[in-house]
Amino acid sequence: MDSQAIAIPATHSEHEHSPHLHHHFATEDQQREASNFGMWLFLLTEIMFFGGMFTAYLIYRNWYYPAFVAGSHWMIIWAGTLNTTVLICSSFTMAMGVHSAETRNRKALLRYLGATLFLGVVFLGIKAYEWHDEWEHHHVPGLNFSINEFTHVDPRYPQDKPLAVDMAEKTQSYFSLYFLLTGVHALHMLIGCSILIFIIFHASRGAYTTGHMNFVENFGLYWHFVDIVWIFLFPLLYLISRHQ
Amino acid sequence: MIEPSHQEVLDTEPTKHEVHIVSPKLYAIIFGTLLCFTALTVAASYLELGVFNAVVALAIACIKAVLVILFFMHVKYSSRLTKLTVAAGFFTFLVLITMSLTDYVSRAWGLW
Repeated sequence: MDSQAIAIPATHSEHEHSPHLHHHFATEDQQREASNFGMWLFLLTEIMFFGGMFTAYLIYRNWYYPAFVAGSHWMIIWAGTLNTTVLICSSFTMAMGVHSAETRNRKALLRYLGATLFLGVVFLGIKAYEWHDEWEHHHVPGLNFSINEFTHVDPRYPQDKPLAVDMAEKTQSYFSLYFLLTGVHALHMLIGCSILIFIIFHASRGAYTTGHMNFVENFGLYWHFVDIVWIFLFPLLYLISRHQ
Repeated sequence: MIEPSHQEVLDTEPTKHEVHIVSPKLYAIIFGTLLCFTALTVAASYLELGVFNAVVALAIACIKAVLVILFFMHVKYSSRLTKLTVAAGFFTFLVLITMSLTDYVSRAWGLW
């Protein structure tokens, strides 16, 4: 019966409550629940936002299937696997950060938030390396693109027939969606890292470990959500077209 | 008949839930499971499974996402309101995807 522990004492008067409790909430529990609910509503709009792009990917993949298979053969598997691992680690450190705030351990909170920030930056670094590789191979539609590698036999997949010119052009659809999806995801990571710096700054001055941790908790939800988006991006972009 | 207290009234709300702190041990177990599934999905992509390459990869991704949502995002320990909100969101998302794909599949039905 933990929630009973913060029940309003019988002597409670209008202006006698925790400094963190806003006036329009009856209890801290209710305040925490309301802010969690609001965060989830925001995340649902994010699901719809990414969902639209995932649907576009599914439909174009069906239309230009050979182009999407050829395009995804150029993904760097080890980099994608490493990035998935890095993000899962950062989700774990974030969850442990929220746990440290719950147990009011400021040192652990700073350590875990620092680790999360570090892993987030590592993810962006590996992503930048991959984008650089795609630029080198002329796989960036609109800026630096050539169908050359798709109209010739790929040495790593010698049994694959080269694409006809019109289908090879459609690999631009694959790479456009690839850059859109990974780009918007990386933007979310960048925003997440910026907010993390803000949180670490405030945590180092003693915030979030005095029992009021809605902000860290809701940021954790955001961070895990961005991780979930990558959990789906990784198989869709890197893995499911390895064969055929 | 005793008047219900302020707290007792709040207890009847659908947002009522026991505050539950997930143990680091459980986080570590989920973390390990997620890493295993990542290794599994990469390994499965090296096998020749035809259409099942995509099915297996997406099934593993769904399991990983559910683990993250239930444990890292605490939905398993949240109030009914939060659970209903999350479920309603994903359900609406699936409805929207299904409707869009139905249109693409059936619009030129019989004309190909």
